[in-house]
Amino acid sequence: MIIDGFTAIYIFTLAAFTGYEVIHQVPVILHTPLMSGSNFIHGLILIGAIIALAGSNNNIERIIGFISVLFATINVVGGYVLTIRMLKMFKPKEDSNYSNYPN
Amino acid sequence: MKSLIIQTVYYISAVLFIVGLKRMSSPKTATTGIHWAAVGIFSSVLVTFLFPHLQNLELIILAIIIGSIIAWYLAGKIGMTSIPEMIALFNGMGGAAAAGISAVELLRLISDPKIVIGIKIGIGIGIEVEREMPILNFVLAVIGALIGSISFSGSLLAFMKLRDLLKKTIHFPLQQWINFLFLLVAVLAAIAFYYHHSLGLFIVFFLASLIYGILITIPIGGADMPVLIALYNALTGMAVAAEGFLLNNVAMVIAGTVVSSSGFLLTRLMAKAMNRSLSSLLFTKFTETSGQSLSENIRSMDASDAAIILNYISKVIFVPGYGMAVAQAQQKVWELASILLERGIDVRFAIHPVAGRMPGHMNVLLAEAGVPYDYIFAMEDINNDFSNTDVVIVIGANDVVNPSARTDKSSAIYGMPILNVDMGKQIFVIKRGKGLGYAGVENTLFYNQKTSMIYGDAKNVVSKMIQTLRSNL
Repeated sequence: MIIDGFTAIYIFTLAAFTGYEVIHQVPVILHTPLMSGSNFIHGLILIGAIIALAGSNNNIERIIGFISVLFATINVVGGYVLTIRMLKMFKPKEDSNYSNYPN
Repeated sequence: MKSLIIQTVYYISAVLFIVGLKRMSSPKTATTGIHWAAVGIFSSVLVTFLFPHLQNLELIILAIIIGSIIAWYLAGKIGMTSIPEMIALFNGMGGAAAAGISAVELLRLISDPKIVIGIKIGIGIGIEVEREMPILNFVLAVIGALIGSISFSGSLLAFMKLRDLLKKTIHFPLQQWINFLFLLVAVLAAIAFYYHHSLGLFIVFFLASLIYGILITIPIGGADMPVLIALYNALTGMAVAAEGFLLNNVAMVIAGTVVSSSGFLLTRLMAKAMNRSLSSLLFTKFTETSGQSLSENIRSMDASDAAIILNYISKVIFVPGYGMAVAQAQQKVWELASILLERGIDVRFAIHPVAGRMPGHMNVLLAEAGVPYDYIFAMEDINNDFSNTDVVIVIGANDVVNPSARTDKSSAIYGMPILNVDMGKQIFVIKRGKGLGYAGVENTLFYNQKTSMIYGDAKNVVSKMIQTLRSNL
């Protein structure tokens, strides 16, 4: 699929509104996890980095491509692990039993 | 057929990102949200290997393995107090990757101007188009490179500042103009590069972009840094979208754009919570006031005396701040709260939007300590209840409870929404020393008649209170 000029603008505009609408009611409690989560999602740059390295024909390109894939992987894996660690800790009242707090 | 599989998976992934983000905006569905997004990303990466003519496969796999190990180690090991700087670091990596993709594209113009990878591979199966890079693609590559580089160097500097590897905020004369000059050099070098593909211009362009990212970050202090990280997060999203257009990859376009627009919204929400406009954050600095000491008017109290008072009350609100996190006192605070709860005392936690280092950070820290989120209240939900609360316990919070923000027009924090702690019937402030908060402003709460200061390390003070309460059954 080739994205031509106007289709590109449509996609961009609609996606921009979507991003705005989807999170505009987020409670403050989730700001930090959400920031980390969206940080994880832009880690999709990894597929761009793979394509760039996959098309590299000389060593300079390979080095830059390799670094790009490496960094993009750190972005995506790190973002995922960090977000999961945070979200795992959120729990409602009924799940915790404060009277059994270890002394 | 392969092309159909790739496009289908990309399409489903794009939907998953949006649904995932949506689910991440409620505590109940947040964990499933991140999993949905993860399924999208994992499958997108997987089908990318179906593209034809892929070279350097072993290098790709190697980079992914090394990157995963590093990231797993870093993200799994750090404490929850370090979240903001880790987000900055990972975000910087993403920005660098975006800049790197552009760099590969632009370098190709020097070595082999006839082939453009985005067209060659991104278009689908078996079709190779050879033509000069269209100007639109060139512009996209430059935008991706510029924004990605700024996001990379800026995030890395933000990381260093939050880690205290670099403490100073640096100001110098004509700062705005010099910053602008570097941006101008980067843009001019890019334009010149379009007409004359030389390695020299390529290097000047990237150096100027990277330096610009550093220059706009150095004057910003630690307190404002999270807003800046949110901004860089949005910028990386934008760079990802630009690379997506360049490579004809709709999944990247949508992921990047959605992250970018939600990131800008989040940046604005955070800046608003701190009562700073984004432009004033980027282009001015906090006026540093020298705090005049009025310490003779401050009343202090012993931890065990404070604990005894807690025996005779029915309503208490905890106001945690970053000082609590630094002292690693979250667990102890929850233990204290649990004892009070067992005795039938109404316990709540009041969280200022920017408590901790950024919005939501304190919620994470309390959640880590085991505090259920039903006990945790946002500022607007609890601010009217302080007046009928017997004791408000402020732990390591300062600027966010300073009543000067309401009254003193000359104060640097004037107008910032604050928790109405001073309305409480009695106030305990657990504080390490007599120093000022981040904003460097004297806190009039400490001179309030109802306030008792309990000096000391938050963890020790709270432990002492627990001991006293336990021995006083």
